[in-house]
Amino acid sequence: MRLELRGITKTFGTLVANDRIDLTVEPGEIHALLGENGAGKSTLMNVLYGLLQADEGQILLGGQEQHFKGPGDAMRAGIGMVHQHFMLIPVFTVAENLMLGNEPTRGPVLDLASARRRVLEISARFGFQIDPDARIEDLPVGVQQRVEIIKALSRDARVLVFDEPTAVLTPQETDELMSIMRQLRDAGTAIVFITHKLREVREVADRITVIRLGQVVGEASPTATNAELATLMVGREVDLVVDKAPAAPGADTLVLDRLTIADPLGHLVVNDLSLTVRAGEIVGIAGVQGNGQTELAEAILGLVRPLSGRILLSGEDVTKSPPRRVLDAGVGFIPEDRTEDGLIKSFTIAENLMLDRSNGAPFVRLGSIRQAELARFAAEKVEEFDVRTPSPSEQVGRLSGGNQQKVVVARELSRDLKVLVASQPTRGVDVGSIEFIHKQIVAARDAGVAVLVVSTELEEIQALSDRIAVMYHGRIVGVVPGDTPRERLGLMMAGEAVAA
Amino acid sequence: MSAVPPVIDAGQPSRMNAALQRILNGNWLVGIVAVVLSILVGSVLIAVTDSGVQAAAGYFFARPLDTIAAIWESIAGAYAAFFRGGIFDYRAATFAEGIESFAESLHRSTPLIIAALGIGLTFRAGLFNIGGRGQILFGAAFGGWIAFGTDLPYVIHPIVAVLVGAVAGAFLGAVAGALKAFTGAHEVIVTIMLNFIALNLLVWALNPGGPLRGQGSSPLTPPPPESSLFPFLFPGYSVTAGFLLAIALTAGVWWLLERSSLGFKLRAVGENPAAARTAGIDTKAITIIAMALSGALVGIAGVELALGETRRPFGSSIDNGVGFEAITVALLGRSRAWGMLAAGILFGIFRAGAVQMRIAGYSDDIVTVVQALIVLFLAAPPLIRELWGVRPDGRRKAAKA
Repeated sequence: MRLELRGITKTFGTLVANDRIDLTVEPGEIHALLGENGAGKSTLMNVLYGLLQADEGQILLGGQEQHFKGPGDAMRAGIGMVHQHFMLIPVFTVAENLMLGNEPTRGPVLDLASARRRVLEISARFGFQIDPDARIEDLPVGVQQRVEIIKALSRDARVLVFDEPTAVLTPQETDELMSIMRQLRDAGTAIVFITHKLREVREVADRITVIRLGQVVGEASPTATNAELATLMVGREVDLVVDKAPAAPGADTLVLDRLTIADPLGHLVVNDLSLTVRAGEIVGIAGVQGNGQTELAEAILGLVRPLSGRILLSGEDVTKSPPRRVLDAGVGFIPEDRTEDGLIKSFTIAENLMLDRSNGAPFVRLGSIRQAELARFAAEKVEEFDVRTPSPSEQVGRLSGGNQQKVVVARELSRDLKVLVASQPTRGVDVGSIEFIHKQIVAARDAGVAVLVVSTELEEIQALSDRIAVMYHGRIVGVVPGDTPRERLGLMMAGEAVAA
Repeated sequence: MSAVPPVIDAGQPSRMNAALQRILNGNWLVGIVAVVLSILVGSVLIAVTDSGVQAAAGYFFARPLDTIAAIWESIAGAYAAFFRGGIFDYRAATFAEGIESFAESLHRSTPLIIAALGIGLTFRAGLFNIGGRGQILFGAAFGGWIAFGTDLPYVIHPIVAVLVGAVAGAFLGAVAGALKAFTGAHEVIVTIMLNFIALNLLVWALNPGGPLRGQGSSPLTPPPPESSLFPFLFPGYSVTAGFLLAIALTAGVWWLLERSSLGFKLRAVGENPAAARTAGIDTKAITIIAMALSGALVGIAGVELALGETRRPFGSSIDNGVGFEAITVALLGRSRAWGMLAAGILFGIFRAGAVQMRIAGYSDDIVTVVQALIVLFLAAPPLIRELWGVRPDGRRKAAKA
């Protein structure tokens, strides 16, 4: 079924999220919607899926104008969505999740058997191996995503929207997803693929529409280069390669010695892990999300206490130190979830900049905050880190993701650091800001800071790292040089030990 | 050591906290609209419950104007009485006598303001202090004990009583804070239970032979000596130095919350405990400090109730509902120091006006209903936004795209 969006306009107050967007997706086509975070991709798809109503414009399906008042209408019309965060109930089985919201019944009784049949039928058609009775929480992430796809297909979706589907996948799982997308396309489904990852777009898309600041800025062909696509996306030329001199590593600064960490349920999430980061080098931790990286970073800061092992900072044991002591010892920390752990959204930029220095100098004297000093400092950092804001007294929650992250980076890098732990430093950050943040991290390295970068984006790990440690199931499966090819890293991320 | 792995609780904000933050960070217009709407609904209740209106409605179809006149009479009469009691008695002979009503309102607002400052302090730290009653009883008991148990000169006497009452309230608050910080027990449940403990301790102390029991046959304290009472500000008016204390405490709480390093940490913990902890702020210490400071303020309110408002032997009902009413005041004042002062004065007017309404023959329960409605409307900002088109933060949320 042909999907046509005509002149879709959606405003929120004074912000124009979608400005007369036209988009046509043919059956049997993978149409990539490429744009930075905040460009308006998700708004457009929420309009399509009936979660938002457009102020102006039309949605046509197979030539018929549609008026969706909610996702139910969109689903009935044949639109399916595979969300970035899966909309599955973890304790339900695959078949039960499939029924959810559309429960087949025989009389008053739920017809589970027909749901199971449906799972098997669709699995067989696309060669998925999915047990309808498996509980969602027991399945790997890649398989959970397939359940989402099956769920959409079971409702006869003819237009399928994938919203940033690869964020949680290993490179291999990503490849498998791409082949599923091709299969669906060949079966005649119209596919909208939302992403900001250039490589994937070039690999799988038949057509590419780039949107920026709520407007369609152009169509591109999959043969365009990364640089061309990035320029279109950002609106200026972008330096995708991080310029950095070879590292000049110094003394062992951060030493993790046989660290073991358990989660609140008692599962070992980090298992007998040892790693050393030297002054003046960047060590990247690669791995698929959920392999213990989060807990490892939190343990270094003292947020989580390890079961056993030691954390040494320039030789000093900080394993049992609270975060205050660790921060004071010269550790900078960029948490992976900035809105959850890094920032207080209702606080101003200035207040967020002093968040980890709320005692004593330079911002506090005699228990009172030195407003003038703080304002001066904030103005300076806003300038230095290019935070786009009307004023340093703007609430952080009103900034874009990239600018929020710059506030975090500015705060952490404005202390005297020995070690910088950066978790997902550019997650949800626009391409322009990624470039800036990467430069700042390299600059910190060149100033002699020992940097540990944790990222699930392989491109980021490869761009920044002098050495790469690959983490799988709480262990480091290998430490390899920064220029190790993607395929090899991918195998290691799937747990294959590869001799360094 | 237990077998539980040593993972530190991240202190995720609960759904309740999210709702609270929405109220506190909401538009101040919502507060005004809530008050206006509540008074409107109150008018309907006045009319419906009025016997004259009920009688006239019996022959509505014969003479509908009678009903309308009766409705008008009941509402106008009730609010006129309310106005005379709470703001200005225009029937009084002189202006000086007329304004006694407002002085009475300030007088009645004093404990509400002080207690609300305490409750609001915990709201800003993301905590719910529902233990106002217990802390008031503790403050009143220990402050009262200083009053009739010691012999001190004028001025010094009430000051010492206030300090001791503050410490007593702070102790009760700190107990709740420590239980929350170290065991994870929810402060709402703990503070409610501490209310019962405080109440029963006071009842025990007021038993014959108990440490606080006075001479009489009823379970009351001895009379506080003249030297211990809060001095009146102006001869002939009921408002005492306690109101000045309330203003001073408001200024202090404003500085603490908006300008001090401690207040910064307290607000950080309230808005996002996970981020505060990541930034090295000791959330457990802040929890205990916030609850102790809150208890201290509420304890002072208890001393004020005993030595400023009551000024006579008192019993275990000395709190007079102030501990709970202060929660409403703190919410209406959005837990901002000066906002709570203003909301406290409004509620003082309610308290004084209700008395006059009762004297004039109207049901003063309506005032309680209006106060409850205010909370309801505050807690339901979507409803108010829908009715009046007020947006939650004066601006729409930016698109997430």
